[in-house]
Amino acid sequence: MKPWALLCLLGLFALPVVAGVQVGQSAPPISLPLLTTDSAAELTLDSLRGKVVYLDFWASWCGPCRVSFPQLEELRQELGPQGFEVLAVNLDEFEPDALRFLEEVSVSYPVVRDGAGETPATYGILGMPTGYLIDRSGTVRLVHQGYRKSDGAALREDIIELLGEQAQ
Amino acid sequence: MKPLTYLFVALCLCACETVQPWERGTLAKPEMQWQTDPREISFQAQINASKEATSGGMGAAGGGCGCN
Repeated sequence: MKPWALLCLLGLFALPVVAGVQVGQSAPPISLPLLTTDSAAELTLDSLRGKVVYLDFWASWCGPCRVSFPQLEELRQELGPQGFEVLAVNLDEFEPDALRFLEEVSVSYPVVRDGAGETPATYGILGMPTGYLIDRSGTVRLVHQGYRKSDGAALREDIIELLGEQAQ
Repeated sequence: MKPLTYLFVALCLCACETVQPWERGTLAKPEMQWQTDPREISFQAQINASKEATSGGMGAAGGGCGCN
């Protein structure tokens, strides 16, 4: 086989690899419908500007997501008054699965839905769940892949540090 | 002959599909696992480790969430 043909073939395999959002980049905009209401009202990431936001991509079938929800809710209850917010983006294929999950693990933070999977592709997530800690200026400061029970304490420290910073 | 080879390779590539992490909902279902009973898996692993001094190879990584 000619070298150029081989290169073309190898190139085909490289196509699916797309670099995602890295620490230090500004968070790409998100505008998605809220999951828990019937209205078509959309929530944008921009509307949370000025707050420290934990953007959480999750799905009902993902075990670690089930671990993360109560902890994120606790963090939000504790640090919400200081300007912390969680924005959960549901990526389930079927909406009823997500609603059933939320009945079991109810949270007070906003949950939006992206059934088409466009936002995770933009963010280039590599696993479920993936969380992005975004500072008051809208810059991604931490990318958190997966979730273990012990992750909550470190995450809390990071959030508190960012809450101490002023928006630029 | 050569064009046929290229055609064959191109057709093989058609079967390549990347399943994104958020598309693994169906793969994560219990019926998609090699072994559905976690106790059975750990039991087999225990037997292998203690009697045959081997570990691993008890199934594929599964279709889970691609985390940790």
